[in-house]
Amino acid sequence: MAREMMYGDAIAAAIIAEMQRDPNVIFYGQNMAMTERDPMLKKFGKERVRIAPISETAEIGIGIGAAMTGLRPVVELWMSEFMLVAFDQVINEAPRFRYMSGGQVSVPVVLKAGYGFCAGWAGQHSNCIYHTMMGIPGLKVVVPSTPADAKGLMAAAIRDNNPVVYLHPYMLTLDKGEVPDGEYVVPLGVADIKRPGTDVTIVAIGWMVKKALAAAERLAEENISAEVIDPRTLAPLDVATVVNSVRKTGRVVLVDQAPRHSSAAVVIAGEIAEHAVGFLRALRMVTALDTPIPYSEPLENYVVPNEEKVVEAVKSVLTHKAVAA
Amino acid sequence: MPKKKARKSSARSTQSGSDQLRWMYTQMVRIREFEEAVKRTFIHHPGVIRGHSHLGDGAEASIVGALSTRHDTDFVMPSYRCHGYPIVLGTPLRQMMAEVFGRKDGLCGGFGGSMHLADPSRHFPGTSGIIGQSIAQATGAALTAQVKKKGQIVYCFFGDGASKQGAFFESLNMAAVWKLPIVYVLENNQYQAYTHFSLEDANAVAGDPLSKKAEAFSIPGATVDGTDPVAVQKVVAKAADRARAGKGPSLVETKFYRLSAHGNVITVPPLPTQFPEHEAVAVYGNRKEFERWKSKDPVKRFRERLLKSRVLTQASAKRIEAAARTEVEDAVQFALASPLPAPEEALQHVYA
Repeated sequence: MAREMMYGDAIAAAIIAEMQRDPNVIFYGQNMAMTERDPMLKKFGKERVRIAPISETAEIGIGIGAAMTGLRPVVELWMSEFMLVAFDQVINEAPRFRYMSGGQVSVPVVLKAGYGFCAGWAGQHSNCIYHTMMGIPGLKVVVPSTPADAKGLMAAAIRDNNPVVYLHPYMLTLDKGEVPDGEYVVPLGVADIKRPGTDVTIVAIGWMVKKALAAAERLAEENISAEVIDPRTLAPLDVATVVNSVRKTGRVVLVDQAPRHSSAAVVIAGEIAEHAVGFLRALRMVTALDTPIPYSEPLENYVVPNEEKVVEAVKSVLTHKAVAA
Repeated sequence: MPKKKARKSSARSTQSGSDQLRWMYTQMVRIREFEEAVKRTFIHHPGVIRGHSHLGDGAEASIVGALSTRHDTDFVMPSYRCHGYPIVLGTPLRQMMAEVFGRKDGLCGGFGGSMHLADPSRHFPGTSGIIGQSIAQATGAALTAQVKKKGQIVYCFFGDGASKQGAFFESLNMAAVWKLPIVYVLENNQYQAYTHFSLEDANAVAGDPLSKKAEAFSIPGATVDGTDPVAVQKVVAKAADRARAGKGPSLVETKFYRLSAHGNVITVPPLPTQFPEHEAVAVYGNRKEFERWKSKDPVKRFRERLLKSRVLTQASAKRIEAAARTEVEDAVQFALASPLPAPEEALQHVYA
């Protein structure tokens, strides 16, 4: 059984289900559970659902320490950039303890944050910073693109015994989709072919999956068959699914909301170059332009990838046009 | 290789009177012997210890006095200057020394080294090498203790330098808001790495004790002579009682003097490294200060006190010291004989 659900609600449903399943799961963050009317607070009580001050270093560090000693905290960080004030905890604490202790401890903490809020939030609240995190051994990075994946990947993130950064594109919060009822777990590290195709491979991340699917629909009208792959987790990255598709199509477009050199696309391009050599005929990266995100709408739209840019890129790889650097 | 059974946990908060004083002295001596053996290794076996090692000589009274109030399942979360605490918890010195030497039989299989000892089986989950950050993680252990309701508390140790980190202020605020069961032991060893604390601490500049920081969080704060384990015990016991009663955190400043330099000299291989002179001498040219504090060596002072009060005799003191020397020497021999890990073991333990 499945029901239609909004993306944001699907995340909440997963957290609630996991809290019901495991008393060690706790949930806290800033500006949440502020009154006794809060439904999560009512359900789970003040011990397990908490309001935190604006203290990301402590919030994340406490999550790590609690995870090392037997809890499974989910830390609500709201916006991924807020992690930047506590990046030591994210990059150089959480993923290190297991290794440094020779496997004696584990750190099952989930750091939940929205990202890429392209709705006029300007330079400091609209960014995609997963590139820095996806290359950190010991850390897992999740970026769901549908309500069903949002639910299934949150369940998997909470059950995982490693630190997981769960990043949800803010622009998808109100999107609706079919979500399986009851227990639903999407394994980490498994990409999903959102649309099968034969002419070209499009690999897209987060909000960009929606753009890529819209572009694929338009291309189909022109008899171009695009395969759209959503990695779903950037770490571990399912390289095999991407490479197998590129071996089939020989042409690939990587769509990423992040700026070119701090994108996941650039990492995936490297894997394709190494593993699909001999098969690859053309590759394009459609990323944000190399600017901070501007405030005004036409400026913002200009900088961020969209459906038209994807369509154009697909056509260029099919005609094998060289692109000037 | 001499075979010797690993020591059992020797932490005994239930002992009283003379037995406990002797236990304290024994632990202090074991810590001192271990740290001196680490230091000697840089000379006797150059290259065996890599990276950066930080010693706790001078901190013995603070460590042992505080942990003498600990119950068996309480968490201990120190900084990267971490050798002393597991010694008191009963972690086998063989495994500890083997870890410092990067050996296969090390506590962490050679993955952590001197800065990152961990013994979760004795409620010592690990340490951070980034100054101050472990204060947040220790506060998280206190959250576990509060949620799980098993009566545990957390002993969080960090230096005067760490108390200038954002993690310190954020964590103490959250611990106070959530009334977390934790004792923050600010070990003021007077040097933030190479910088004297009077140059970097607002309370010190104003002539106030560092425990004044507690006032900012409306929690109890106290400063105690960190060279006297009995004085430390008394103050920490009060803070621990408060934590156990669910009344929240306290801040205890134990003031003493780090007797070794911050760490071994930072050199680039193949240049060998060893411990330099203490910063007081090497950086500030103040040998007088160093000698004055050395004359207050907490281990020597406690020995004299216990001899005077007849808790120890010359013979019993020497027995304790000889046993510690034997135990540490055995640990060094064990560590030297332990093989290095196989290179491909590096791929283990990345993910759970």
